[in-house]
Amino acid sequence: MDATPAFHPGEARRAARGGALLNGPIIRRAMLDAIVKLDPRRLVRNPVIFVTEVVSILVTILAVRAAALGEPWAFQAGIALWLWLTVLFATFAEAAAEGRGRAQADSLRRARTETQAKLLLRGDDRTLWQPRAATELRVGELVLVEAGDLIPSDGEVVEGIASVNEAAVTGESAPVIRESGGDRSAVTGGTLVVSDWIVVRITAAPGSTFLDRMISLVEGAARQKTPNEIALDILLAGMTIIFLIAVATLVGLASWNGQPPSVAVLAALLVTLIPTTIGGLLSAIGIAGMDRLVRFNVLATSGRAVEAAGDVDVLLLDKTGTITLGNRQAAGFIPVPGVSEREVAEAAVLSSLADETPEGRSILAFARQRHGIAAPALPEGARVIPFTAQTRISGLDLPHGAFRKGAVDALLRSLGGEAPAEFRADVDRIARAGGTPLAVARDGRLLGAIELKDIVKTGMRARFDALRKMGIRTVMVTGDNRLTAAAIAAEAGVDDFIAEATPEDKLAYIREAQAEGRLVAMVGDGTNDAPALAQADVGLAMQTGTQAAREAGNMVDLDSDPTKLIEVVEIGKQLLITRGALTTFSIANDVAKYFAILPAIFVASYPELGALNVMGLASPESAILSAVIFNALVIVALVPLALRGVRYAPAGAAALLRRNLLIYGLGGVAAPFLGIKIIDVLLVLLGLA
Amino acid sequence: MTAIGWAQIALILGLVVATAVPLGRYTAAVAAGRVAFLAPVERLFYAAGGVDPARGMGWKAYTLAMLASNAVGFLLLYAILRLQGVLPLNPEGVGGQSAWLAFNTAVSFTTNTNWQAYSGESGLSYFSQMAGLTVQNFLSASTGIALALALSRAFASGAVQDLGNYWADLVRITLYLLLPLALLLGLLLVAGGVPQSLSPYVQAATLEGGTQTIPLGPAAFQVAIKQLGTNGGGFFGVNSAHPFENPTPWTNLLQCWAILAIPLALALTFGHIVRDIRQGWALLAVMMGFVVAGVAIVYAAEAGGNPLHMAAGVELATGNMEGKDVRFGVALSSLWAVATTGASNGSVNAMLDSFTPLGGLVPMLMIQLGEVLPGGVGSGLYGMLVFVLLAVFVAGLMVGRTPEYLGKKVGAKEVKLAMLAVLILPAFILGFAAVAAVLPVATASVQDAGPHGLSEILYAYTSGAGNNGSAFGGLTADTPWFNTTIGLAMLFGRYGVIVPVMALAGAIAAKPKLAASTGTFPTHTPLFIGLLAGVILILGGLQFMPALALGPVAEHLVLAAGKTF
Repeated sequence: MDATPAFHPGEARRAARGGALLNGPIIRRAMLDAIVKLDPRRLVRNPVIFVTEVVSILVTILAVRAAALGEPWAFQAGIALWLWLTVLFATFAEAAAEGRGRAQADSLRRARTETQAKLLLRGDDRTLWQPRAATELRVGELVLVEAGDLIPSDGEVVEGIASVNEAAVTGESAPVIRESGGDRSAVTGGTLVVSDWIVVRITAAPGSTFLDRMISLVEGAARQKTPNEIALDILLAGMTIIFLIAVATLVGLASWNGQPPSVAVLAALLVTLIPTTIGGLLSAIGIAGMDRLVRFNVLATSGRAVEAAGDVDVLLLDKTGTITLGNRQAAGFIPVPGVSEREVAEAAVLSSLADETPEGRSILAFARQRHGIAAPALPEGARVIPFTAQTRISGLDLPHGAFRKGAVDALLRSLGGEAPAEFRADVDRIARAGGTPLAVARDGRLLGAIELKDIVKTGMRARFDALRKMGIRTVMVTGDNRLTAAAIAAEAGVDDFIAEATPEDKLAYIREAQAEGRLVAMVGDGTNDAPALAQADVGLAMQTGTQAAREAGNMVDLDSDPTKLIEVVEIGKQLLITRGALTTFSIANDVAKYFAILPAIFVASYPELGALNVMGLASPESAILSAVIFNALVIVALVPLALRGVRYAPAGAAALLRRNLLIYGLGGVAAPFLGIKIIDVLLVLLGLA
Repeated sequence: MTAIGWAQIALILGLVVATAVPLGRYTAAVAAGRVAFLAPVERLFYAAGGVDPARGMGWKAYTLAMLASNAVGFLLLYAILRLQGVLPLNPEGVGGQSAWLAFNTAVSFTTNTNWQAYSGESGLSYFSQMAGLTVQNFLSASTGIALALALSRAFASGAVQDLGNYWADLVRITLYLLLPLALLLGLLLVAGGVPQSLSPYVQAATLEGGTQTIPLGPAAFQVAIKQLGTNGGGFFGVNSAHPFENPTPWTNLLQCWAILAIPLALALTFGHIVRDIRQGWALLAVMMGFVVAGVAIVYAAEAGGNPLHMAAGVELATGNMEGKDVRFGVALSSLWAVATTGASNGSVNAMLDSFTPLGGLVPMLMIQLGEVLPGGVGSGLYGMLVFVLLAVFVAGLMVGRTPEYLGKKVGAKEVKLAMLAVLILPAFILGFAAVAAVLPVATASVQDAGPHGLSEILYAYTSGAGNNGSAFGGLTADTPWFNTTIGLAMLFGRYGVIVPVMALAGAIAAKPKLAASTGTFPTHTPLFIGLLAGVILILGGLQFMPALALGPVAEHLVLAAGKTF
């Protein structure tokens, strides 16, 4: 069976993250799609652009009729042309945004190759199987997956352990361990078992696997309008109706004194007044927002979740791996009186020789670095005392001595007798500073303590400060005791912490925050995180986590990097800001358009209204045409902004509002004055008006 | 413009802001049921109506109760107007109104518009004035305030249904707020020379040897509530320009204060109800900002005078005095024109038709902007809150959160209802005006040709749909066409806004109230005040620009060029 996917879409996504916004193939494809999207039945979902299309058709008919009757038709044709371009630019924007996603979907589809699964006939006998196409597997069936096989569908490992290459979905080619029970039991269809075997219970019906969902998400096929998008659509539709009334009634009002303006002119006025800019770019902004998330290797189950991310007030972050560097590291050897530091170090090294945990490794590394002690190979005949949850002690029995290290209280109990007061004081000091003390003993004699410390990742403090400025409280969740938690919290600069946290504690904390009217985001991977993930407004599950956690959350991070939650929040905010900024810009544009078109329309009835032509536009025809052209071109000009999102730097709401109002509000008032004037000058230079 | 003119304006506006503070707090106390010095009287009403004042109502029950009470009020008033010829207190023997006129008048007074297609002294009996119009002046005002209280309560707490009890609100506002204030103001007006009498009109022999009929009537107290309740319907035909209705600069000061006092104070009442007074001050600042800006433009335009007169060298140094009373002058006439249109009052102390084009444009625009500056009693506040929601929705996105106001998220439903409310004014003003501009039966009523004639038509529908009630003048409005269409504009302008606004109150009330943080869009800062003003201008005003360009703006430019029609 050819099982190795030749292509790693995850890696492709990473490569694309910093890449060009649009490339040749995407643009060419988008141009074609833009024309297909002109179908009024599809366009009716977008009221502003739909009205524009209806008006375009009307003016086109009038232009053709005028030409057929031998009347002047060039002006009408010009208006009709630019109205059509307005519609086309809007559909192009959407097509371009979809095109970016489609490129990724195509690469994902290659991973979803047809596989033959080994369907187990009896759950307890893995030698008895028959081939079955992956697309015909039903939920609950058991399949055997052996080294070299592609996992046929999403499922839960019920038996066995295997290393799996999940590059097809995560882009990370280092294999990960998947085993039954525990928090690493979920497997994804389309990923490859590299060694050993597992029995998998299928949990997803054909067509609704993780990979399928991922494809439809990035493609935009499953895209539904988000709540905020719907609300904005209603606002835009309402404004369209208002301006429709304002323009239609002009027929009567202008007849009071003189002739009503021609249909082409009224059409031009209508289309420039209704919010075509944001109407044309709205869906592109939404698609691009999801796309940005995918490029960060985060999959959201809905656009709703991305919007909610922008609203989050409280971030629950796991200490380990998010705030601190995964594991504790040795940071000091503290001897009891009468023992040298080196003696403690040597005993610590020997007791840790067989200790494969990161803590144990860090003790060896620290001893080498600080005291130049090279760890010897495990001697012949050494007896390893493994760490157990009951004894909480580990070590090594060598011919020349028995070396032990372990939790302070556990080791002291096993030694019997009183520890020196100095040792007690040292241990307390370590715990207060947020570290973990371990006791070290040789042949039943206490030598001293090892200080293990949580190392806070660099740059976290600045990020928490930035979040605080955005009005987001950060809460550290840890299994440590209060003392330790408080010390690390202070060092990292988080606002609050939950110490000795159980899954129930997390759930209770989230409920309490929500009752106070806050929106909460959290990260989780284990099955016991599932209730809290489901309760949180934004739940980011880790790809390495359990199926239960992945189902409960509304986003999955394929890189399993809990720090990502912060980026997710920023992407959510950027999406909303982009929408608001372009809406404001679009509406603010109307002021200048009035100054261009109103004098042009009414100057025949009242020549004195020419005084309103503050831009000094050449003629009524050139003024109207310039406004329409500006209105169309501004959509194209803003496509990159819509796809990329407006620049966003964390700041308080007041500062953000001031900045964006200045740029997009005042800028929106000023820009068209300049743009329309330039177009008018060009039209005159080109002899077109 | 003169320093003394500005001093007069500043005195009145200063007084309004100063009284808004205690009045706003007091109204909040009345709304909360904490004022009870007439508890026995209150209980009498509840017992008579079988009402439990403590029982809260959802938005539907509240709205239905309001509509029912208004419908009864309308029918009662319609009957009185039709039958006034056979009803008592009719010393002048005035006959019943025609069906068209009675419909128009009854709609007008139930909707707090007080558009008058009749003249009080010749068209109404004392009974109609007292039992008909004055009663509606109280009820339409307390209806508006009650609705505003209901909407305010929706913002105050999270996830509730209860918007208060309509009947209790109606009784309390009338009993504790409007009646005492009207009583006080009425007495002051009597002291200032406004008649309050049931005697027949007086026949006087003039110096020239002719006879003159001097109308009288129970005017003072009706005038008091007409101003306090932003009703504006004059006891006499020429309203507060009449020497009996508004005899002196002092009565003028009192009345001008009364026009603005309650609508502005309600902004602060809102602040008290949502337990954040800064929010109330922000709304008040926007309202007051527009009033001051409007007065500045009108005053400058009127003081500048008529360019044609200036060119002919006949202009008075005081500016354009045509249609203005010398006892008020340009400054106080300008202030009144802006206050009465900004506040949806509609009483006048000068002839708007005779203002300069720009001086006439501002009052028209003040109404078109939605009657929220500060708007009618109650209706101004709920209209303003609709704009606040739209402002928060558009610009709130720019802080990177889905928009919220006072912890209430603004979603699709809220935007839809807010847009429905905003749609009403352009639809009925521009729609009817466009038809009237080409329909011979309508154009026959219009006095002037050229852009000024269009302004007259535009103003009539603006005044009707905006529930303002002031007349530009120059339009013969007592015709079946205008009585009916303006009547419809008034009805839809009132209830077409109220129903979506109350649905909005229901939707907002049901939402959880979210906590604020530094990431929350601030709605009390100068920046927000400026933003809200901009949104009112753009969402409330842009759609009227083409029409205004054809009316007052064209007239202004044409006049400057020395042309007349």
